[in-house]
Amino acid sequence: MEKPVVRSLLEANDAGAAELRALFAERGIAVLNFIGSPGAGKTALLEKTFRDLGGEFSMAVIEGDPQTDNDARRIAAAGGRAVQVNTGGGCHLDAALVRRALGGLDLKGLDLLFIENVGNLVCPVEFDCGEDCKVALLSVTEGDDKPEKYPLLFNLASVMVLNKIDLLPHVDFSLERAERFARRLNGELAVLPLSCRNGEGLDGWYDFLRRVRAKKAERAAVGR
Amino acid sequence: MHEISLVASLLEIMRDEMGKYSAGTRLSSVIVRCGALSNALPEALSTAFTVMTQDTEFAGVDLEIEEDALRLACGACGEEFTPEDFPVSSLAPCPRCGEELAHRVLAGRELYVRRLTII
Repeated sequence: MEKPVVRSLLEANDAGAAELRALFAERGIAVLNFIGSPGAGKTALLEKTFRDLGGEFSMAVIEGDPQTDNDARRIAAAGGRAVQVNTGGGCHLDAALVRRALGGLDLKGLDLLFIENVGNLVCPVEFDCGEDCKVALLSVTEGDDKPEKYPLLFNLASVMVLNKIDLLPHVDFSLERAERFARRLNGELAVLPLSCRNGEGLDGWYDFLRRVRAKKAERAAVGR
Repeated sequence: MHEISLVASLLEIMRDEMGKYSAGTRLSSVIVRCGALSNALPEALSTAFTVMTQDTEFAGVDLEIEEDALRLACGACGEEFTPEDFPVSSLAPCPRCGEELAHRVLAGRELYVRRLTII
């Protein structure tokens, strides 16, 4: 007997993400999912953010890595709260892993929650973790054709952070080209060139965070 | 590599669907529809399925993967087309106006269970 079925292979994750989204909405926590290659500077940007905005916002990070708690220790050294999730070799975080990580976090009074995904430009894009926005983090040492090669990430991201711009004089990376391709894939995409090393451009990133947080808090207040 | 997670989810769906039938009913095959832009590789899905069904109630179930062609609407002129170099990317020149970017994906993102055959 043939039985027609239409069920998405991502349905379990999507349902889990919807639950997380409702939980974050109720508490007014703005959630950002960081997606970038290994070494692009995801942890470095978070360290800077914790050092510079630690007095302004209550923030926490869920660190996803195949192994070690090195990143969680880096965040803790920067004065931040971090929960490490080891995927045991897995290439992405998903809603169930984020849900499990929340068990180790006090959500009370939290303004911003960062999900630092496993370093990978493909797999993490498929798995919604209940975030408000995906942050595509690219560094200028990686090549300016990444938006062309990984269109889905840049399609779905709200912001593209271009890190390590202090190295621009030494690499063949065209900011203009990366920006043009990414924007044509996604007209709404905010583009923020910055350097975690010398601090250039970080103000733009902080303003972006303030906007995301303000919008979420406003919506939570309306919902109450 | 995330195909393992996708197959874990597929097995859950199969288990859930088979729970609706009386004991003694057996699943013989499952059809999954996989779009060209779904970011899932059919070969990797098949391998993961074979490995993950071993020694389970689904050992020997036939997995058929139907690949879905990409269908785009041009971001500039709206022309609907399937890129010649199917199935690689949504960054393809429009056959009418040549625009390469900002196309809307009409079909090709799908990844779902389409049919179960039970005996």
